[in-house]
Amino acid sequence: MIRLSRLLALAAVLLVAGCGKPQFSDAEKNTIASLALNALPALKPDTTNRFADVPAAAALGSTLFFDQGMSHDGNVSCSTCHKIDRQFQDDLPQAVGVGRTNRRSMPLAGVARNPWFFWDGRRDSLWAQALTPLENPLEQAGNRAAFAHYIQKRFGERYERIFGPLPDLSTVPANASPLGNEAEQAAWKAMTPTQAEGVNRVFANIGKAIAAFERSIEPAQTRFDRFAIDLASGAKPKGDAAFSPEEMLGLKLFIGKANCVTCHNGPRFTDNSFHNTGVPPVKDLPLDRGRFDAVAQVEADPFNCFGAFRDGDAGACGELRFMVKAAPELVRAYKTPSLRGAATRPPYMHAGQFSSLEEVVAHYAKAEASVEGTSEVHPLQLSDHERAALVAFLKTLSE
Amino acid sequence: MFGRGTGLASLWRYLLAGLGLAALLAGILAIVYLTAPQSAPGPDISRSKKTANGLFVASFQPERGIIKQGELQSWLLTLKTVAGAPVEGAAISVSGGMPQHNHGLPTSPQATDYLGEGRYRIEGLKFTMSGVWQLRFAISAAAGSDTVVFNVVL
Ligand code: HEC
Ligand code: HEC
Repeated sequence: MIRLSRLLALAAVLLVAGCGKPQFSDAEKNTIASLALNALPALKPDTTNRFADVPAAAALGSTLFFDQGMSHDGNVSCSTCHKIDRQFQDDLPQAVGVGRTNRRSMPLAGVARNPWFFWDGRRDSLWAQALTPLENPLEQAGNRAAFAHYIQKRFGERYERIFGPLPDLSTVPANASPLGNEAEQAAWKAMTPTQAEGVNRVFANIGKAIAAFERSIEPAQTRFDRFAIDLASGAKPKGDAAFSPEEMLGLKLFIGKANCVTCHNGPRFTDNSFHNTGVPPVKDLPLDRGRFDAVAQVEADPFNCFGAFRDGDAGACGELRFMVKAAPELVRAYKTPSLRGAATRPPYMHAGQFSSLEEVVAHYAKAEASVEGTSEVHPLQLSDHERAALVAFLKTLSE
Repeated sequence: MFGRGTGLASLWRYLLAGLGLAALLAGILAIVYLTAPQSAPGPDISRSKKTANGLFVASFQPERGIIKQGELQSWLLTLKTVAGAPVEGAAISVSGGMPQHNHGLPTSPQATDYLGEGRYRIEGLKFTMSGVWQLRFAISAAAGSDTVVFNVVL
């Protein structure tokens, strides 16, 4: 058996390298080059956040990201679920903060390049996204009035050096938010428009500081990238950049017969779009229709690009302006996740439905119908060997 | 990785057997390649054409000349009568998708501006994957209503 597989491997090596036959067609080579990390353009400025590239804002944002004081019970921070040594995710099928959530924590490498945030894209900027977990009762469970007071007490001076004077919070209730519990909502309604505007401004700036920090979280070079660079330059991939025949086959399938690259494209392996791929819902979780329900939520968000807290002009709001608002294909459509680093952070999918890459590949091969809406994926004829090859290739994106 | 700890003679055996297998594999690969479904004759990718009922001549070009995958961009739709006069004041709606993948457009592009000489700016287009994209314009102007479909291949 060992002998045979050695012979096969040798034969494959001779076939692809020894006989001078091209391993990949020119079209395939172009596709591979388009996936490599060196094809990633420089991060664009975010004109909706004028503090996006201010180092002091990023430093404050980093403090807030790791600060458990930024939660109702003093035990949860962004980093509870987005762990710095775990690709900024938590390895759980559904995240746990103050309560248990309905979705899986998303890794954050390259997050500043996204047009939409969350699995369903219900926020349209990195800074507006950061405000959501802060007030979500299952995540940090705070309220914006309490956050404004906390910032003044703990970081007042740092805040004012970046954002200018804090508003007068002396008469603002300790707890108030339009999204909070009954008492917090009542307290919010009782506030004057100036008080509410002041608190909202501090709240938005918290998001802008955290976003400035998150902009520094970028994907790292992998074995695949080293392989791709050598392939593009015509050099023979050496050392760990050399792909095994199995990895080579996996890559060929990924960009060919298995059609993965239609959605997982570009250097981040995502088209930044939403698709129904027939991933089944998790039993006992609330109804989840993905993008279909997110459209109204992002439109209603006062911190969206059309709102009063955006910096710069509305020219930056193209994604929101030209968003698809109603289409049957939004039902149970979720954002295509990046596949960089995926192999070392199971489980997979928006609610951790699959616990291994083998299960993911089996899902794509079978392409079961969606419980609601129509899945865009079609069954694939993949041998066991080909399935293993796809998994082997995905692993090169984590090494 | 190969032949570690094997003598010269056995390396030769491996090589010979390997070559035999390679030939076999090459044969199989050749068959696979030859029988693989060839892509059908390419779609009509002309950038200028008569509308379905012949009311207008439409042309469709990226405003900045190039198509970039994955970025919002604007294109220009130029409408002329068959006699060559610019069509003004047209109401235009845009739809489309990828017929091969059974999905619509990832954005909802709109005609946002009239630039004169029959030129309309179509904003909010985004091509998120390679393949054949279809864009369908429903046009209504003084001369009547008509439609035109352009294929964009990425
Ligand atoms: C309780 C765990 C938890 C906490 C705390 C938490 N997150 Fe998350 N994060 C998640 C989950 C779960 C998702 C996906 C949620 C969804 O799609 O509904 C997510 C999504 C995100 C995303 C979207 C990524 C993408 O690619 O779209 C960003 C950015 C993010 N979180 C940043 C933060 C920041 C900043 C904080 C702190 C202010 C924070 N998170 C606090 C669990 C958490
Ligand atoms: C139609 C678009 C599309 C195609 C084609 C596609 N994917 Fe996906 N992929 C997605 C979406 C959307 C998700 C998230 C789905 C969800 O959570 O419900 C996803 C999730 C994944 C994940 C889980 C990543 C994570 O962090 O949870 C992996 C791994 C993956 N895809 C690999 C593949 C492979 C391998 C192929 C080819 C066999 C493929 N995909 C084809 C859109 C696609």
